[in-house]
Amino acid sequence: MLHSQMTKSYRMFAARTSVFTGERVVRVLSLAISAIALAPLLAVVYLALGSSSEVWPHISKYVLPEATITTLLLMLGVATLTAVVGVVCAWLVAMCRFPGRRLMDVALLLPFAVPTYIIAFSYVELMDYTGPVQTLLRDVFGFHTSRDYWFPEIRSLGGAVFVMGFVLYPYVYLAARASFLIQSACTLDVSRTLGAGPLRLFYSVALPLARPAIVVGLTLALLECLNDIGAVTFFGVKTLTFAVYDTWLNRSSLAGAAQIAVVMLALVLGLMWLESFARRKQRFHQSTGTYRSLQAYQLTGVSALAALAACALPVLLGFILPAGMLLSRSLRRLDQLADPALWQAAVNSLWLAIIACSFAVAMGLMLTYNRRLLPSRANQWIGRIASIGYAIPGTILAVGILLPVAGLDNMIASFSTHYFGFSTGLLLLGSGTALIYAYCVRFLAVAYGQLDGGFGKITPHYDMAARTLGHGPMQTLGKVHVPLLRPVLLSAILVAFVECMKELPATLLLRPFNFETLSTTVYNHASMEAFEDAALPSLVIVAVGIVPVIMLARTSSASFRNKVRYHTAAASKTTLGSHTEAARQT
Amino acid sequence: MRALRGIRTSILGMCVICAPALANAAEVNIYSHRSPDLIQPLLEAFTKDTGIKANVVFAKKGLAERIDAEGENSPADLLLTVDIGLLQAAEDLGVTQEVNSDVINGNIPANLRDPDGHWFGLTTRARIVYASKDRVAQDAITYEELADPKWKGRLCTRSGQHVYTIGLIASMLVHHGEEETKEWLEAVRDNLARKPTGNDRAQVKSIYAGECDIALGNTYYMGKMETNEKDPEQKDWAASVKVLFPNADGRGSHVNISGVAMAKHAPNRENALKLMEYLSSPKAQGIYAAQNFEYPVLEGAPVSERVQSWGTLKPDAVSIDKIGFERRKASELVDQVGFDNGPQS
Repeated sequence: MLHSQMTKSYRMFAARTSVFTGERVVRVLSLAISAIALAPLLAVVYLALGSSSEVWPHISKYVLPEATITTLLLMLGVATLTAVVGVVCAWLVAMCRFPGRRLMDVALLLPFAVPTYIIAFSYVELMDYTGPVQTLLRDVFGFHTSRDYWFPEIRSLGGAVFVMGFVLYPYVYLAARASFLIQSACTLDVSRTLGAGPLRLFYSVALPLARPAIVVGLTLALLECLNDIGAVTFFGVKTLTFAVYDTWLNRSSLAGAAQIAVVMLALVLGLMWLESFARRKQRFHQSTGTYRSLQAYQLTGVSALAALAACALPVLLGFILPAGMLLSRSLRRLDQLADPALWQAAVNSLWLAIIACSFAVAMGLMLTYNRRLLPSRANQWIGRIASIGYAIPGTILAVGILLPVAGLDNMIASFSTHYFGFSTGLLLLGSGTALIYAYCVRFLAVAYGQLDGGFGKITPHYDMAARTLGHGPMQTLGKVHVPLLRPVLLSAILVAFVECMKELPATLLLRPFNFETLSTTVYNHASMEAFEDAALPSLVIVAVGIVPVIMLARTSSASFRNKVRYHTAAASKTTLGSHTEAARQT
Repeated sequence: MRALRGIRTSILGMCVICAPALANAAEVNIYSHRSPDLIQPLLEAFTKDTGIKANVVFAKKGLAERIDAEGENSPADLLLTVDIGLLQAAEDLGVTQEVNSDVINGNIPANLRDPDGHWFGLTTRARIVYASKDRVAQDAITYEELADPKWKGRLCTRSGQHVYTIGLIASMLVHHGEEETKEWLEAVRDNLARKPTGNDRAQVKSIYAGECDIALGNTYYMGKMETNEKDPEQKDWAASVKVLFPNADGRGSHVNISGVAMAKHAPNRENALKLMEYLSSPKAQGIYAAQNFEYPVLEGAPVSERVQSWGTLKPDAVSIDKIGFERRKASELVDQVGFDNGPQS
């Protein structure tokens, strides 16, 4: 059997004129994808080239110093909180056994299904002076005004860190959990044999091994926090993104706004470079091929309770409280459910998200694979820059997307006018194709980050084996990598799907006439300062988002079992193969 | 050759599929910065009366930039906004065109439209003071008085960088100049009960809860709270405050406009013009007043009873165009005095 397989691959190898064809395909595709993803960024840079001399004296003196510090503090706070919550919960769920673990495994992802600004709004409603919590306190203790007692101000930097931390930790959790699950039992077992206790194991072995994955999760959480405008407005926190919008809308300088956005980009690129520089010498794949289920720590009694509580707290703060608040508002408005427009919006959202997340992940796969084939510095940066669109404040990026899309649209229109005698109008913008493009640009980062991490876990030995056996790059991708990456691919698709469902600024600006999605429906209500009316459509987003989130939890735990099987199978094949080769040579 | 023909056929096919969407028999395309629910009743009435279908895209920002990027093929006919700033920005960007209609010019007072006819105000909304019925005795107030130390720790407002606040500060700039306005803004800042956050309704809620005694807000929110059947607690918020029209005995209260502009390359210019005229007509002005609790710009159009119950508005007669020009300065002042950071002494 082995023999026939080898002859077959040899024939395929011979039939091809050159093995490099596949490589060229990958390279050309990657270049095209990078160009597509880069076009809006270049458009933003182009906007930034405009004259803004009238606004800079002001913003450099009164706005930027404070906004930069606020932004950095916010990012630092959110990074700390998401890292601690995400990593601790991931470790508990992946490495320990305690009652309620399976439930927590899914529940920990729930905050991910709710748009950040909705949770932020719910928290302001709950916690500010007029909210139920403080009103109760005043009633119980007989206080009269805010001067009679101290209560943490939710509309503050601290409030923003708290809320964003508990909304965004799932990015880190998801990445860290996957990483802990597939860490080799061998490495950890060796550490145990050498006398490492659970804590030492966590700090000295598992955590450093999971670092690339955690960084990917953290990056996404921080970029999300950086481009947020909804939540920071509610909290009155003046970040750089806030300054971008002020400069554009109140000081009428789109050029000035784009310049601040470009400065933010530079900041992000700098942080990324620092991180990759710090681990430039490290490689993180499994080389032995021996994968075995890890022996989990069985927790009982107090420690089991503590673990359960540690996992339940983020779910309570990031999901149950705000969702409960939305639910209480929705109950008064169940008649909205009878509105066909709501369901049409839901259908629109679903379709858009399904199409866009597939494209985004396919694009991410090509880019990461290209980088694997040719791990040059240039390719590394292409990937990084292509996925950085996430860091630009949403509406500015949307304007950046408008320029190339409208340009292409106009070219098509004048082409058809010239050759067919009538204009097509604006095809891409008019049909909603522009939205799919926008989602791909925004969420390429999500796909790229996860897939890059996934590829890193696959030993290059497999590539070498596959290529030695005569498979071209595309075949190797299809037959070796995609099956091995299946869980990562699925998780990337699901995360991108949920992100597309929640996306607001680009959807608002780039959609065709009379076209609503769930998130624009939410926004329509919110824009009239009637957030209560937005509660029910928000819950529909949550409900639609929960399905993939649960699937996500399922696939990534199931994937671990599969992974073990795949690896064992693949490992035995390669071993066999090399034995035969060795036999031939002798 | 065959391949070329194939491409040609498929392009033609695509065009056939798209053609119905392009046929603009009786349509008007609107890019709206106004919330769709607020304009829907008007557009429905318009379609019923004229048979012209209205298509809408709603977004809070970036629509003028979209028209700009779309260029000559832009499908947009009209741009609707809720603030003078966006109208002027659209004009500056060169995406509007001049409209000279005797009907419209007859309906809309000169101080509420662009001298060159690039934009028109359709409704006005006054920036007024909400005051606690229990804790504020006086029944008249001026904007200047908000700087009086007697309000220390008693004033609430939304962010200084919100367009409505910017509009008010810009009007102070027009009347008092930069230096005086800056001093005023600093004093107002120090009277704040808390950091300026939340929307206009949230300020009234804060008065109701006792966090502050007076607040700045737009008039129509009063109507929305008073008639909120789904959240009856908002009726209690509204009942706890009275509406004071600032500077009623002087220059009048600051008003901002919601308005309309014709897009430069409007493909359905005729229909768009009809809609603009319709929106300034007594019928549409009546709908604005009755449904949204705004003030009609058409002289003699009825103000709703509920709006009348709050008192009589004497609008500041200064040209809205002038206020628009001071917006950037106003936004800069907000940053300079750190208005959004809350009281500093």
